[in-house]
Amino acid sequence: MAALIQTAVELGLISSLTVLALYLSYTMLNVCDLSTDGAFTMGAAVGAVVVLAGHPYLSLPAAMLAGMVSGFITAILQTKMGVDSLLAGITVNTAAYSVNIAIMGRSSLLNLNSADTVFSRIGDSLDGSVLDPMSKLILITALILFVMICLVAFLRTRLGLAIRATGDNPDMVRSSSINTVAITVTGLCLSNSLTALSGCLLAQYNKSANIDIGTGMLTIALASLLIGRLFFRNKGVGHGIIGAVIGAIFFRIVYTLALRLNMPAFMLKLVSSVIVILAISGPYFIGKLKEMKEVRDNA
Amino acid sequence: MLELNKISKTFGRGTVNEKKALTDISLKVNKGDFISIIGSNGAGKSTLLNAISGVFKVDSGSIILDGTDITSMSEHKRAAQIGRLFQDPMKGSAPSMSIEDNLYLASGKRGWFAHISAADRREFRERLSMLGMGLEDRMKHPVGLLSGGQRQALTLLMATYNVPKLLLLDEHTAALDPATAEKVLDITRTVIEENGITCLMITHNMQSALELGNRTIMMNDGEIIYDVSGEKRRSTTVEDLLTLFKEKAGEKLSNDRMLLA
Repeated sequence: MAALIQTAVELGLISSLTVLALYLSYTMLNVCDLSTDGAFTMGAAVGAVVVLAGHPYLSLPAAMLAGMVSGFITAILQTKMGVDSLLAGITVNTAAYSVNIAIMGRSSLLNLNSADTVFSRIGDSLDGSVLDPMSKLILITALILFVMICLVAFLRTRLGLAIRATGDNPDMVRSSSINTVAITVTGLCLSNSLTALSGCLLAQYNKSANIDIGTGMLTIALASLLIGRLFFRNKGVGHGIIGAVIGAIFFRIVYTLALRLNMPAFMLKLVSSVIVILAISGPYFIGKLKEMKEVRDNA
Repeated sequence: MLELNKISKTFGRGTVNEKKALTDISLKVNKGDFISIIGSNGAGKSTLLNAISGVFKVDSGSIILDGTDITSMSEHKRAAQIGRLFQDPMKGSAPSMSIEDNLYLASGKRGWFAHISAADRREFRERLSMLGMGLEDRMKHPVGLLSGGQRQALTLLMATYNVPKLLLLDEHTAALDPATAEKVLDITRTVIEENGITCLMITHNMQSALELGNRTIMMNDGEIIYDVSGEKRRSTTVEDLLTLFKEKAGEKLSNDRMLLA
């Protein structure tokens, strides 16, 4: 059981990077980035190719760069080329399928079993020590902590504040003489680089990259984000980021427990969709109920 | 200072909703002018301010600000020199961000990767205390928690943080209760006078149109139909303005929010 929970935490931490990406795009920029699945797979594909070439550490920045390119295209489509924001995401997502297969050398599956990954490297260096069984967890935790700290610091810079304000009140950003297009592009590049990093880590963790690795990632991450929001309601940026990571881990642990209670694994995507629907429409219905009650009370 | 040369704008050209919003408007604003703008609903008052601030590009004519042709400059670039307030107090600040975060963005201080420093905070505190609303003790509070009047005062502070060449006020006190409106108007007057800002203000209050500033223009149907300043303006009354409007426009001045007192 302890091993199962450890695995759940590890997977939760890996997917928390995608949740943080959505925290940037969905919560801050107010853009629902439907290219998330494609960017996630792209990170996995690029990462796997670089790993197979023998450079496990290089795979992380390489995947992030690929995600950045994908985010850049999504952003340019919706800010400069008149494509609706949702449609921009969907088209990039669809296009990414072909691109990803091309990246993986016309194959829909890359096997990393015998390759040197970031996890096998860290495992080797801790070989024989007491920390050995925890090597993956240590690596992932250190990485996520680093990303979280950078993100908190970043969102307090002028650029970070501009990203937050662009989702909050774009008119105000323009009147502060800041180009909202440039801000949206920067934000989406950054968020997609995190999504791709997430995919890259998962591929190495699973020791394989396949074309379906990112399918449903947007919904799963959104569910995690909305769960995380329950922990820290209406708090600052630091809390929001911690909430996003906790949400991702929580989601994964609940999923693991559900599997133990004989929920079939294929139900994951249905469950995550239901969570997203509940988290969004729940407050909506509560608001409606309050409204009805007020009307009745005033009558 | 600001020169409008025959600017025109038609919305929905070639459709059933075609509307000539501005027709060959020419206006020369001198440095330090404080102009009040009055007119009926749909006269083109807000459209005129939108054209100057660059919300849309005009169909013809040119706009010169302080010797620079800004006719084709984008909205956010013009914003470096033009401050703006709207009737809706929610429009000028980001609600989920704190007062100091909003001020930091408006102040345009330093590079993209700089953080708010202790010195910045001292400066924000000092500027906020000039509003006399106690906002200096709530710098970490989200702006969304402020009242309409407080938000409008904050917006005014943000719009004039770096003294703009031109300030555009679009009925910025219309949505506030009378006492708060008076207070915000007082702050506005002080800020404008202290910094010698050139200002265009749309108002529905005929009395303050004549009392505030040094020049009043009247608009109707996308045109400027009356422009008064100096001695002549001092002797003009609200009744005179109403009679004048009827004479020039051939109809009564009608404005949903019009105040005659």
